[in-house]
Amino acid sequence: MDELGIKSIDELYADIPEKFRLNKQLNIPQTGLPESEVKKHVETLLSKNRPSSSMPTFLGAGCWPHYVPAVVKEIVQRSELLTSYTPYQPEISQGMLQALFEYQSMVCELTGMDVANCSMYDWATALAEAARMATRVKGRNEILIPKIIHPERASTLKVYADPVGIKVTQVAYQKKDGHLDLADLKSKISDRTAAVYIENPSYLGFIETQVQEIAAEARAHGALFITGVDPTSLGILEPPGEYGADIVVGEAQPLGNAMNYGGPLLGMMACRDDMMLIRQMPGRIIGLTTTLDNTRQGFCMTLQTREQHIRREKATSNICSNEALCAVASAVYMALLGPEGIMELGETVTLKSNYAISLLSKIKHVRAPVFKTAHFQEFTVNFDQAGLTINEVNRELLKRQMQGGKDISKEFPELGQTALYCVTEVHSKEEIENMARAIEQIVHGR
Amino acid sequence: MKTSMYKQASWDEPIIFNLGRKGRRGHRLPRAEEEIVKLISNMDSLIPEKMRRTDKPGLPELSEVEVVRHFTRLSEMNYGVDSGLYPLGSCTMKYNPKINELLAGLETFSTLHPYQDGSTVQGILEIMYHLERWLSELTGTHEVCLQPAAGAHGELLGTLLMRACLESNGECEKRTEVIVPDSAHGTNPASATMAGFNVVVLPSGPDGCIDVEALKSGVSEKTAGLMLTNPNTLGLFEKDIGEIAKVVHEAGGLLYYDGANLNPLLGRARPGDMGFDIVHMNIHKTFGTPHGGGGPGAGPVGVSESLSKFLPVPRVVFDGKRYRLDYDRPQSIGKMKGFYGNVAVLLKAYAYILSLGLEGLKEAGEISVLNANYIMKKLRQVKGLTLPYDGQKPRKHECVLSAKPLKTDTGVTAVNIAKRLLDHGLHAPTIYFPLIVEEALMVEPTETAEKEELDWFAKVMQSISHEAYTKPEEVLEAPHNTAVTRLDEVKASHPKTMTLSWRMHLKRQSVRT
Repeated sequence: MDELGIKSIDELYADIPEKFRLNKQLNIPQTGLPESEVKKHVETLLSKNRPSSSMPTFLGAGCWPHYVPAVVKEIVQRSELLTSYTPYQPEISQGMLQALFEYQSMVCELTGMDVANCSMYDWATALAEAARMATRVKGRNEILIPKIIHPERASTLKVYADPVGIKVTQVAYQKKDGHLDLADLKSKISDRTAAVYIENPSYLGFIETQVQEIAAEARAHGALFITGVDPTSLGILEPPGEYGADIVVGEAQPLGNAMNYGGPLLGMMACRDDMMLIRQMPGRIIGLTTTLDNTRQGFCMTLQTREQHIRREKATSNICSNEALCAVASAVYMALLGPEGIMELGETVTLKSNYAISLLSKIKHVRAPVFKTAHFQEFTVNFDQAGLTINEVNRELLKRQMQGGKDISKEFPELGQTALYCVTEVHSKEEIENMARAIEQIVHGR
Repeated sequence: MKTSMYKQASWDEPIIFNLGRKGRRGHRLPRAEEEIVKLISNMDSLIPEKMRRTDKPGLPELSEVEVVRHFTRLSEMNYGVDSGLYPLGSCTMKYNPKINELLAGLETFSTLHPYQDGSTVQGILEIMYHLERWLSELTGTHEVCLQPAAGAHGELLGTLLMRACLESNGECEKRTEVIVPDSAHGTNPASATMAGFNVVVLPSGPDGCIDVEALKSGVSEKTAGLMLTNPNTLGLFEKDIGEIAKVVHEAGGLLYYDGANLNPLLGRARPGDMGFDIVHMNIHKTFGTPHGGGGPGAGPVGVSESLSKFLPVPRVVFDGKRYRLDYDRPQSIGKMKGFYGNVAVLLKAYAYILSLGLEGLKEAGEISVLNANYIMKKLRQVKGLTLPYDGQKPRKHECVLSAKPLKTDTGVTAVNIAKRLLDHGLHAPTIYFPLIVEEALMVEPTETAEKEELDWFAKVMQSISHEAYTKPEEVLEAPHNTAVTRLDEVKASHPKTMTLSWRMHLKRQSVRT
């Protein structure tokens, strides 16, 4: 203050008009607490929660329980990474840039695509941005999506699509297996369709097998084919790049990120090596380059002329801060697992979830799954014949220290009292059996 | 002057695909129990053949220690707030308290699933509920929504709320324009466009602030709103904010507050009191959560009472006994993303506010202003730098200098200065922004810079100026002490050389050979 020749800090605020200076007390804690008390306070509040680490929880639906290796936690706490910002100065940010380039590259390997950006906020916003991207690429304004989709994803898409006049239409599913109704697709697709979107595995856990047919239908009408994926399935499921996807979106949270009550998540976006697509891609993309004197390889942000800080109102998106550190976590996770690990993960999840299906389907008056087809990780369980609501079942399960599946009876009334269950590698055989036994007790009153 | 001893680690670290060896594994996840494998027959019957992956994914194969060393080396070739001064203007790179990381890592939080029964998540809901109230108090808004994942995401929500409001008034067809000053962040016009508005750019007045007369002629029956950063990107408080609010409101528009620069005002003034209808906050700036190399952040949005009904679902509500998520908001615009927002980041902000209290937040803002004015005073004395716009007025959290005279005299530009700063173990300021300042250097030291650090920064800037006038090649060829020297960013974006993934790299190599 001496250097500035001021006596009071108020002098630096003198240009704020009197009437806007705050002169009343605010209803927030007035005085700060010492660290030890903050810790105690927050720990006490959090101890009111019953987390899935202490209570078997069979929930997925866009945020999945998987083990996060200690190495991942350690690396993302490296403060040079944690406390840095967007690598605007690449020479001093090579670490973050290389890690993100490696994340992009590994996403490409899993999805079978050529280019990935270094993250969107989550699957829902990645889908919304992909839809907008497709309409720009194609100069058309209609998007077809499946009827079986996470309602939050559909809502986010609508919120992003409506203001710019993008029309989103849902395609019906086949009653027996939930797969896309191709006849309905044919009746809705036209030369106004910018893209056809499907999910694999679907929101309700089944595997969509008509991918070639859907891709061909999209191509025949000059539309793009967008696929949404859970990347933990891609060790065993055909990568979308192999069946003609132009853009892949998905949720990479399960690759090394904790659930954190639903956020942050990690929106994944990848596309083919096609300048028409790449130029319209939203978000940050890291590229490999060399030093100016060409003596060394290095990394920097590329194609920044797509972005808001250069192009402003003409940018492909307004996205700036993204989920970079979550992408680093995923890169570490994929590197730890390697090809064998990611395949094993897929197998384990398939085996365990099918084990749960086999136990539940043996219980009288319980239908599991509703759709008779192959499932990965998640599946539907119906209680109509038992005369129970999901709410009642879940209440009873909670009494037995278990969290049942997600109630989807309001989302899909036509499926009756149905819940969406999720089983991954974190669920032990014993926990799965306990859950099935508890449901049997609840249904049959024993 | 002798340069500092700084030398960033410069590992010759291969791309991860060039490390390891076939068959190596860094981690073993649990497998299905043997009994399950026996009972569930083989995998082939579970996955339809046509959907089975036939090739192994081309991921690298490394042992655990190789993975750890690789990423540790990478981290050593990075620079964060914990490494040193990071005066990146508009980004508020303040210290990130360690206790908050510890709390967000607790399993009583991190393993919570967003769809768990309300009775099992009372603790986190209570935290979210109180955080909403606190942010609402601090910004003078009626209700705060925590859902947006970043500042720009908050901006998008804000502009969508403008739209929702117009739709409910039947004015959506008529009011198609959002006014954005020429000094605004790039996200502002981009967000307005995403929400379907046309952007009208408002030139700043000669004092760097909004020219109220120009605003008056800019507003019309087409105006949906004005997006404004206050203090603005020059670090100047918009003195006419009362008048600005009046003009916008009388024209029938809404006033949007870009919260990137909220830090200096905490506990001193509130956007809501100034007439702003919609306010976004950058949790990762103002409330001390780490930027993570570009995210995750969080961008809550506060609104005036009449706009509350349009906020995304769900809202956290409290009935006096229990907290719960309320989806019953018929006029809500819907969802901005899955679930409820970046809760791990929000939890850290809760702990931050608890640690500082109102007094601490106010003091933090004040010191950030003191630091900005101190560094401004030092830097404007540096030969070749000028302080555009009103030189008599105090700045708030940041100041913007121009290196135009230096460029004219020596050929050394803002980007050269930035690169030379890196050589001294200092991060560069934001450069070439705001666009209204030529050769701009936007310096935001934040409250967590000590005086000694600011003096060192000023001294280094002096030395760079001296070098520019005496041996400019030293500056023009910078950086020398970072992991790599100047990178070829043109090559990185050129369609012929652009390499955006390992597979593209292999493809390009095979074409070449």
